Amino acid sequence: MVPEVEQRLAALMLRAQAGDGVAWREVLVVLNVRLKPYFRARMGGEQSSEVEDLVQETLMALHNRRMTYDTTQPFTAWAYAIARYKLIDFWRRRRVRRHVPLDDVADTLWVDADHQGEVNADLDRLLGDLPDRQEQLVRSVRIQGLSLAEAGDRLGISEGAAKVSFHRALKALMAKVRSHGDG
Amino acid sequence: METDRLIEGLTVDLRPVSARQAPVWLGGAALIGGGVALAAVILSLGLRPDLSIAMAGQMFWVKAGYGVVLAVAGFWCAERLSRPVASSRAGWWLGGAAFAILALSALANLMGAPAEARMGAWLGGSWQQCPLYILALSIPTLGLSLAVMRGLAPTRLRLAGAAAGAFSGGVAATAYGLHCGETAPAFLATWYSLGVVLSAGLGALLGPFALRWR
Repeated sequence: MVPEVEQRLAALMLRAQAGDGVAWREVLVVLNVRLKPYFRARMGGEQSSEVEDLVQETLMALHNRRMTYDTTQPFTAWAYAIARYKLIDFWRRRRVRRHVPLDDVADTLWVDADHQGEVNADLDRLLGDLPDRQEQLVRSVRIQGLSLAEAGDRLGISEGAAKVSFHRALKALMAKVRSHGDG
Repeated sequence: METDRLIEGLTVDLRPVSARQAPVWLGGAALIGGGVALAAVILSLGLRPDLSIAMAGQMFWVKAGYGVVLAVAGFWCAERLSRPVASSRAGWWLGGAAFAILALSALANLMGAPAEARMGAWLGGSWQQCPLYILALSIPTLGLSLAVMRGLAPTRLRLAGAAAGAFSGGVAATAYGLHCGETAPAFLATWYSLGVVLSAGLGALLGPFALRWR
């Protein structure tokens, strides 16, 4: 996020902590707008109805835990860390409720941001076997958080082509993870 | 639309909050948990009989100081890890540095001792109980710390649990020092540290469950 926005939100956040409801509403409105695409990009199409729920849960969490922000933390990083926590929580609950194996891969790739060192080596090995373009796509979409259209743009292919390629990549990863699991 | 209503609801009559809530709550956990540990030491283990004499000596204060420094280091880590993106590195360094200094002076002390006295200095008379008592005495502080941290926003639950455990272990070690009569630096560096590591381990074990917030 551009520094001016970061600065403006951080200043609003401090006012919100002091009890300024107008400032807090401004923060939540901005985050609401940004959280929707953030979650949508990370949840498969079939869960799109749950994006709104997750946005609301995240806004509630930000509200209830707003005392955990302090000026040692960049504001956007603070807010996104809470959103990411909620997303991981969503995957976890989902996996318990319904055994959608896709979640396993997505979760593993996603958690990477938190445990850089441990997972990076595995991830590199896993992704390294994919064709170049697929590897790039998975990295852009699942790790850097770009949308399929943006990732496709980078590689100079259409969103449709990116989508097909991305799904092939996930399928290949799934197959690998599964054969691994079976020993 | 529903989200807009939610935002309205959250922002009318906004209650002020303090960014110092985390340290205040954790400090409270240490006061109450440490108080319980102190009561357990006095009532069930018993203060060391030579307490007033020991307090005139240096090792008593080294022991107390080591516990306090580990508690402060753990407090720092737990406070940082109660926030989504704050770094706890300084706290782990402080604890590690305290251990390194004590371990080095213990080594120097052992080198200077006659070979046949070394084993006795290292194991003392209570090496089997010391780590377990520290672990047991850390439980009240650990339980309270995990409870208050769950109301904050830890995102690395295992690490945050370990920090709460190290914090509680430091508090417990400080209280246990009032019962324990061991004086060798090698004893402290090994068995006190092990006690704190055990409670950090217990915290790491519990963290992913006890700290999971919704």
